[in-house]
Amino acid sequence: MTGVLVCVKRVPDSTDEVVLAEDGQSVDGRKSGFTMSAHEECAVELAVRTAADGGEATVVTLGDSDAVEQLRSALAVGCTAATHVQAEAHRFGPADVARELAAVVRDHEAAGQAHDLILLGNDAADSGDFQVGIRLAYELGRPVVNGASTLSVEESADGPAVVARGQGPDGLETYRVPLPAVVTVREGGVEPGYPSVPGRIRAKKVPIEERQPVAEPTGPGRVRLTLPPPLPSAVRILGEGRAAAPAVVDVLEELGVLSR
Amino acid sequence: MILVFVETDLEGSAVGVSLEAVTFARDLSAAGNGVPVDAVVVGTVSDALRQELATYGVRTVHRVGGAAVESFSGAGWASAILTVFEATGSIVVMAAGTDRGNEVAAHIAARAAVPMAANVLSFSGLAPFVVTRQVVGGAVMEEMKLHQRPAVFTVAGHAVEAKPAAEHGAGDLVEHEPEVAAADLLARVVSTDEPEADLSGALSSAKVVVGAGRGVGGADRFDDVLELTELLGGTLGVSRVVTSAGWRPHHEQVGQTGSRISPDLYVPCGISGAIQHWAGCSSAKTILAINADEEAPMVTRATYAVIGDLHEIVPAITAEIRRRGYAG
Repeated sequence: MTGVLVCVKRVPDSTDEVVLAEDGQSVDGRKSGFTMSAHEECAVELAVRTAADGGEATVVTLGDSDAVEQLRSALAVGCTAATHVQAEAHRFGPADVARELAAVVRDHEAAGQAHDLILLGNDAADSGDFQVGIRLAYELGRPVVNGASTLSVEESADGPAVVARGQGPDGLETYRVPLPAVVTVREGGVEPGYPSVPGRIRAKKVPIEERQPVAEPTGPGRVRLTLPPPLPSAVRILGEGRAAAPAVVDVLEELGVLSR
Repeated sequence: MILVFVETDLEGSAVGVSLEAVTFARDLSAAGNGVPVDAVVVGTVSDALRQELATYGVRTVHRVGGAAVESFSGAGWASAILTVFEATGSIVVMAAGTDRGNEVAAHIAARAAVPMAANVLSFSGLAPFVVTRQVVGGAVMEEMKLHQRPAVFTVAGHAVEAKPAAEHGAGDLVEHEPEVAAADLLARVVSTDEPEADLSGALSSAKVVVGAGRGVGGADRFDDVLELTELLGGTLGVSRVVTSAGWRPHHEQVGQTGSRISPDLYVPCGISGAIQHWAGCSSAKTILAINADEEAPMVTRATYAVIGDLHEIVPAITAEIRRRGYAG
């Protein structure tokens, strides 16, 4: 029985055009819609699979009231409990978020709910800080593996351990770390789950633990967000359809990428 | 002093993004009354590496060695680098904006209880120290204050061009073999499998990449794109739509949650150029886009473009390449 906590973030679904809030402090996602970071969709799937040994997969987020949508998404694909820290996410820096998540873990564990394995995404799709999981590990005094794409929990003589694998600079790296531990997940090892109709119905019925932050945030140090100036298009259209092939090969010859 | 964590590859050479970070550190030093730039390397430091770092203006190369840091652990390496930091009194600790650089920097910042800025592009002030960094996959820039010391940050790939210094540094070697607490070695790499020849690493260093996106239309419709890839001696890279649909494996994905590429030539076929994808291919020198939609962001940002059905255009290109006698 492995108790797993997976941490997710509601982020703007920035596919094409990014719009900034007027105060330059956040991305305005009202037009684009919102989603969960891609790495976290995989972390949720790994949490559900790991807890399938009879444990509980709890999902937690820090965000405004709309962030409950991301908790419901995780519940719909198999998480069994959810915690919502009500806060304006853009006012919280990575160290603030780590402190709030650590408080959730401590409170849950004091109430008898162990989170042996804590999963996060490697980096958030919006703020791209690359550090919340690592800071959370230090808050809790636990080891942390970064950027794993697959993992499993194995029993050994020394107790349960997580075996995590991820792509490193020199090849596929394997870690074997005693629980409790923190692992940040990178997309690519598992397919995110797709919610079934019964899953969606179940998700609506799960009560969500609502809580307030334990401390005032020190903030992300953000002065302002800006959009890079749009580059003037300098594209040279070589033609349309197959008739353009000779012009394309002329370019390839100029670039010197063809060999005999 | 500015301390730069320099990553090395399997041959013991400095990785490109680390040399860019050293170049960035030199610019910072020049703005800050010439504070010295030192490098810290974990593992082996060859004479060639020491000399190369000297040509980049590095004053001292700190080598961190010993059994504790032989295999990678984020906490263990950060702890060892922090002993160098403490011995030298640095005010800035920097790394490359690679996966490993960001990881080690995050450990350093967490241990030192200071903020960290990932993927910095430039700095605009020293007091207070303000950096501009990439967020939202590079689609947005964030100005961020790093008011505490040490200032910890990583430099985004291609933020600056790696350039040797006008005046070489001494490049003196100083050896360190710090003790690392057992708790910091709990999460360490226990084994590394050599990458298979055609897996991810090939993409990030490829000179020519042929891209394939939603426009390809199905898992069984890649033959023409693969043939073009082979004729150009390139590597196939795909968009997230393609891997999410299960048409191609994830290790071929280019983008914010895949590989970052910087080829001389990128030929995206049927890829619209969403932010997720652009984050991984914006460093390509030349882009030749093949797309049905002339308004697609990939087309407007490309150097060259052909408009139309890729399944008509790509076979016509490969036929023309063969007609002119190139065998690939």
